[in-house]
Amino acid sequence: MEEVPKKNRMWAFIIIGFFSLVSIFTFTLSEYYIYLSAYLWFGFVYGVCLQYGRFCFSSAFRDLFAVGVPRMAVGIMIAMILFGFVSAFVTATGMSTFHAAPYGIHAVIAGFIFGIGMVLTGGCASGSLYKSGEGNGVAMLVILSISVTQAIFVDIGGWFNNLAPQSWHDSAAAKGLPLAINATDGWMDMYLAGYVWNQPTTTYAEVLKFTNPFLSAYISNVLVGIVAPAALVLLWVYLVWVRRSYLKKQARDGKPSNGFLVELQGYWGMIAASKRTAIAGLGLGIAAGLHMFVMKGLQIKFGVQNFGELMPKIGSTFGISIKGTVFDPGYWYVTTQEAQWVGWVFNKLGWENMDNIYFGLNNGIPNPLLNPADWMSVALIGGAAVMALLHNEFKWKAPTRELAMWAIIGGALMGIGSRLGLGCNVGAFFVRVSQGDLSGWMFGVGMIAGAYLGVKFFNWYTERKMAKEVAMCEL
Amino acid sequence: MAMKFEKTANGAFLLDVTGYVCPHPQLYTKKALEKIGEGDTLEVVFDNPSSGESIAAMCDTVGHEIFERSTEGGKYKWKIKKVVLV
Repeated sequence: MEEVPKKNRMWAFIIIGFFSLVSIFTFTLSEYYIYLSAYLWFGFVYGVCLQYGRFCFSSAFRDLFAVGVPRMAVGIMIAMILFGFVSAFVTATGMSTFHAAPYGIHAVIAGFIFGIGMVLTGGCASGSLYKSGEGNGVAMLVILSISVTQAIFVDIGGWFNNLAPQSWHDSAAAKGLPLAINATDGWMDMYLAGYVWNQPTTTYAEVLKFTNPFLSAYISNVLVGIVAPAALVLLWVYLVWVRRSYLKKQARDGKPSNGFLVELQGYWGMIAASKRTAIAGLGLGIAAGLHMFVMKGLQIKFGVQNFGELMPKIGSTFGISIKGTVFDPGYWYVTTQEAQWVGWVFNKLGWENMDNIYFGLNNGIPNPLLNPADWMSVALIGGAAVMALLHNEFKWKAPTRELAMWAIIGGALMGIGSRLGLGCNVGAFFVRVSQGDLSGWMFGVGMIAGAYLGVKFFNWYTERKMAKEVAMCEL
Repeated sequence: MAMKFEKTANGAFLLDVTGYVCPHPQLYTKKALEKIGEGDTLEVVFDNPSSGESIAAMCDTVGHEIFERSTEGGKYKWKIKKVVLV
């Protein structure tokens, strides 16, 4: 193994030292900053786990369709099951910060758009964050594209209003939202208030109606909502992509190549094949569950429901929504904080963007230095950078023109998909599936279909380029 | 830098995908392995760490043998022998 240069170790130390100093210094200013520091350190752990396991939701189905590699699909299923187990306890004890999202065809469509985008860019929303920590310029461009697209998309009006059906307009008007939001002006506002909010929300626990909260959380949300579908997905992966090669290898090595036990060993072998990915999944699952628990604990400690209530106490009132809230999911989330920091910049440049539901009513556009989820994202990048530095995998890489193009196009699709689905691969899929929310698998099905289409396109695109090279080298 | 695929000797090929991010390195590696003959070797040069995981898993699944790996300054050079399982 290549020796890690002293310079890398020094930079890793500087990053950890910086985050530690931020936590200590801000605590001396006010104890309320612990709230932000909690997000920060969980973000750091996410970054460490993601980089260690090369944990990218994009590669889960893209690599399966493109090169027949199941390791990440397996890793994600493991992480979701573990996250589900930990957070079921949090839910059963009444400490969950999670709220189910409206489900319907919009979740599938949103996932589809997001899925195409994440294949084009080469990384999902969380994957692009951790790859930014590896010094990857393409990933940084993807983050920028997602952020800018979202900040624009949530406030588009004018001609785009014509694309919203009259029923959305009427339904949004009937919601009686504050006049400052002007819910009938803005495509996203009419989509949210006139369509999405009219869709039902539910969890497997609500559907199966166990009276005992632990049975409800573990049997309904975990067993029915995660373990059973995840096992089926993995069985599909085994039968289509793994079984044939596995049985051939068994035969080549003179081992048994038929029978139920052999198949079971093959299925388990697929799950245990990538130790790194499985360990990362384990770490992510446990951290994500504990994160929820800690944030709820802090909310109880400070007697608040949302960080927006604490902001005036630390001397900041800018960017708080009409409801007095800011984006404070209480768990792992990626895309909204990215939209917010660009929204904040746009606002400072003179764009009046607080007259929409996304920023003005729900999430606000607080100063990024005081935005809880932004602390999480920055620390995620830092955690990934520390891991990359300590494994000699950090390398500044400027995007080529070709990759920059895919980053911008794909990032824009991911930004649009995220807003239509009320979250990305983490917020709309990973977290929701793990919490037994029906909309989670809907976004996931769309995302898988989108990834398939994206891979088909890239197969065609790379085949053309490869054919040119092959023609020149006398095969 | 653009992708480069060339024959370096009889039965030996080079695929340079330095600068590319997922999914390009693994896709090009798969395509290059499809183009070369059984028993031929392919040297893959890349600098995207996560692609390494995918290439290794792909070779393991299909049966190709990665017989040499080296890393220097974030750049990976892997030599793969094409094996066809029957």
